Amino acid sequence: MEPVFALVVGIFFAAAFYLMMSKHIIRVLLGVVLLGNAVNMLIFTAGRLTPAIPPIIPAGETVLPAGTANPLPQALILTAIVISFSFFCFLLVLTWRAYQDLGTDNTDDMRVAEPVDDPAPPMGY
Amino acid sequence: MASPATTAVDLTAALVAAPVDSTQWLAVLPIGICLGVGALLMMIRHRTEWHAPVALAGLAILVLVDILLLSKVLTNGPLTMMMGRWRPPFGIAITVDLTGALLALAAAIVAFACALYAKIDISTSGRRYGFYPLLMVLMAGVSGAFLTGDLFNLYVWFEVLLISSFGLLILGSERAQIDGALKYAVLNLIATTLFLIATAYLYAIFGTLNMADIARKAPALSATAPLMTLAALFVLAFSMKAAAFPVNFWLPASYHTPRVVVSALFAGLLTKVGVYALLRVMVMLLPIEREGLSFAIAVMAALTMILGAMGALAQNDIRRFLGFIVIAGIGNILAGVAIGGAVAVGGAIFYALHSILLMTALYLVSGEMGRLGGGFGLDRLRGLWTSAPVFAAVCLALFFAASGLPPFSGFWPKAILVKASLDIGAWWLAASILVSGFLMTMAFGRLFLFAFWRPAAETVTTPAVPGGPPPVSVPSLSLARSENRWRLAPIVILSAFVVGFGLFPERLILATQQAASDLADPSAYIRSVFPEGDVR
Repeated sequence: MEPVFALVVGIFFAAAFYLMMSKHIIRVLLGVVLLGNAVNMLIFTAGRLTPAIPPIIPAGETVLPAGTANPLPQALILTAIVISFSFFCFLLVLTWRAYQDLGTDNTDDMRVAEPVDDPAPPMGY
Repeated sequence: MASPATTAVDLTAALVAAPVDSTQWLAVLPIGICLGVGALLMMIRHRTEWHAPVALAGLAILVLVDILLLSKVLTNGPLTMMMGRWRPPFGIAITVDLTGALLALAAAIVAFACALYAKIDISTSGRRYGFYPLLMVLMAGVSGAFLTGDLFNLYVWFEVLLISSFGLLILGSERAQIDGALKYAVLNLIATTLFLIATAYLYAIFGTLNMADIARKAPALSATAPLMTLAALFVLAFSMKAAAFPVNFWLPASYHTPRVVVSALFAGLLTKVGVYALLRVMVMLLPIEREGLSFAIAVMAALTMILGAMGALAQNDIRRFLGFIVIAGIGNILAGVAIGGAVAVGGAIFYALHSILLMTALYLVSGEMGRLGGGFGLDRLRGLWTSAPVFAAVCLALFFAASGLPPFSGFWPKAILVKASLDIGAWWLAASILVSGFLMTMAFGRLFLFAFWRPAAETVTTPAVPGGPPPVSVPSLSLARSENRWRLAPIVILSAFVVGFGLFPERLILATQQAASDLADPSAYIRSVFPEGDVR
């Protein structure tokens, strides 16, 4: 199972980086969300893929039965999903606002903070 | 519900059996105070007149708690509190060592100074948009990052400070702010995602995220596991956070756009959290891999400080100028990481402490200069020496400190770093520290020459620059005006530290050297998390 997951994670990463290299913010954002999902799957795979036995201790036992799933990666992924989703929402709103205010979603044209014709410092007085 | 047959579980191996010592609460108190005050401020969000006093009181308590924490750590060594009493590697540890305590204290002082300055700089609408709650949450993130003993927790605190920094960055909703915030947000989010990727690989290799546990296991695994790849990923992620050379372009794009006090806060704290994480992971957790990557980090450090100083030379706007000075300072700290060894790492920690206090002071000073001179451009600032002589003298001291000239705080860490790099034969690294210092001296010299020394214009017509603050008719800084007192007090507090560290560096040098040797030999740190006789 691991090779398949590794392959999928790799494809996700490749697609995410391809999108993030775009000039257009909206594609960059799609790349960011894809990257977040790729990382979640990476954490999942990193926590070892096991048969789908839920990590529940049966009655009368004190330890987990052999071969149960590792619950920790799932907890980590849950945290990461919440964080990356909220960030994606924020960035989406920010991009919309930037599109309204700056009139473009092309990063090459967004030169308000760093204007092209910024004056050079004075040479002397 | 557990059935009666399952009661015979021995929990002593998994739970902390001893009652929690009251001093252990100190370890979580900084985070708790910040989150609590932040929540309180959210509850009274309509009572904006209460925001400043409540936040100031909370931050004053935070400074006191951090002082107490530092004194405890100085006398007793690292302090650990287990969350929910679960033992590691199951439970999450908040572990405070000397490095974390020193940086947390410096961060709290800076936040207090910024809150003081914000009384004037942040208008009622800024308060209504939540400046003070965001400041407290930012401080929760910064304190949490400095104090945590768990790598995944470090990621979470990074995200906490990142989301609150987004809110602070766009306070005011100007076009330049939105533009800067977009680049800042996307690139910083990618950096934290890279950090998460590295954390996932680390979990796959070690099966644990507790730093003490990793430090214990790393030497044995370095021969078989791909730790070098892991270390390179961490270096990339954290240097992006710290704005080191090849991945620094988000910083000059965004740091000059927000309110002055927000820029000051960011310049003091955010890049230093990245540097701290780099120190923690590379020096303490993966020392063998740091050795392997040291040349690459050294090249990065040299390029960062030289290009940062050159970038500063090319700027007209003093806030963008300072953005490049922040980057140049990061290069010096990276040099300490690259050299390694207790002396150089101690120098890097000293430089980080100095840089936290100094960069905040410099941005606050730039706000004052902009207000007095009616703009932030070097081409229009003039004659501040005659209109505000005391302020000009304070500025000169800060500029000396930033350039690394004695007798102010920048000199000592640079001297330590130059000596350490000469000791390992890296003459080119020592040379680049000195050349970068020389370029920064030139840049600051020119800033002082134009903004302060140049005679004021004959006709006092200072039309407002679009985007700059409105010109003020009374440019004198007499302390009689209560408004000026609020503006000057934080600058004076921070400058006092800069001067004090410069004149009496012995204790701080001793403390940072101790902090560095604790990082290099984390046995006390590990003992604090896993007490003696604990087999797990």
